[in-house]
Amino acid sequence: MYNDFPNRSDNCRRSPSATNVVPVPLLVQWLHSSCIFLLLAACAGALLLIAVPATAQEPVTDDDVNDVARDLYCPVCENTPLDACPTQACQDWRDEIRAQLSQGRSEHEIQQYFVDRYGVEVLAQPPFEGFNMLIWLLPILVVVLAAFLFWRYLGRLREGAPPTADEPKKDDTAMVAQGSAQQPPPAADEDDYVSRIEKEVRE
Amino acid sequence: MNETLPRTPAATGEPAAAESKRLNIRSGPILVWGGILLFLAIMGWGLLNASATRPEAGAAAPDFQMQFFDDYRWKDLPASNLEDMRGNVVVLNFWASWCVECRLEAELLENAWREYGDQGVVFLGIAYVDAEPKSLAYMQEYGITYPNAPDLGSEISESYEITGVPETFFVDREGNISRVVIGPVSDDVLHSELAQLLEQ
Repeated sequence: MYNDFPNRSDNCRRSPSATNVVPVPLLVQWLHSSCIFLLLAACAGALLLIAVPATAQEPVTDDDVNDVARDLYCPVCENTPLDACPTQACQDWRDEIRAQLSQGRSEHEIQQYFVDRYGVEVLAQPPFEGFNMLIWLLPILVVVLAAFLFWRYLGRLREGAPPTADEPKKDDTAMVAQGSAQQPPPAADEDDYVSRIEKEVRE
Repeated sequence: MNETLPRTPAATGEPAAAESKRLNIRSGPILVWGGILLFLAIMGWGLLNASATRPEAGAAAPDFQMQFFDDYRWKDLPASNLEDMRGNVVVLNFWASWCVECRLEAELLENAWREYGDQGVVFLGIAYVDAEPKSLAYMQEYGITYPNAPDLGSEISESYEITGVPETFFVDREGNISRVVIGPVSDDVLHSELAQLLEQ
């Protein structure tokens, strides 16, 4: 019976006046088609609604929780990472992590939640800001300083100069021996040393 | 042509280079001593911080700001300072839901709040290192109704230098600490201290 209805292209060709009177079979077919379309749309929507929470509510494993927990420290249990701490306080924290992971929060968001609530001390790695920068920079500065001093020491050894800074260097003594006009006046504590050099040169 | 050019320090030759070398040589010990002094300064600062002790009886109670749990506000305010409670006797109690001993005093504190709440005594609970859902469950379990707030950033417990929970600080109307109780507060201590503070 529904096959007897005129097709849509025929309807489109109707004059405006003709569209005002819709034959009953055509109305029934239109309603039927609309119902099918609405039904399909509703099913698709329902499937989407079911699929989205299913994705967000994927089971959170202990490994997922520990991945976040190992970078946190409970203030009550100093020096024990959260993933290894057996106390009830830390168990509560792990439960909180699990709850937040199941809500789809990222590791960074969870860490920020704990920092806001319990302070920056809960982080295994202090942030690179404020006074905490010293924790990161000081070791680097010490290594650079040590390398610089070692390089200077090696340089001095290579020149054959005495290792102490107070003694005059070879270049200076040579100039002293030559009596160069460009030579700065010798310091009082160098007099003895200079006189010995001069004596050696004369010999 | 070189003779007509102005002689820069680099062009003056050996004496200037020798002088700069001598200066560099002496910068080594300065750097070393500077590093040692910086290290000692940081260590000293750390020791000073570590040596801070809990405020005892007679000391002014450190002021702090708190954001109350939704159903546990003071005067229906979402946030407040201890200073705002000046003129009242304050029983400041640090607790946690995971703390077994805190459960020994929970009912006592709530009963005392109901008894003294209208006599100018404010009971104030601070949840220390506690997960909020657990805190709320704990307060519901013991029927707690007095103002409570989480210790956000652990700043309140740090300013009071608590070493564990429970710890209770009695603060008089002037804002000074009158007594500190480490561990669960007993019925005798609670009533005698409050009676004494209310007489003042």
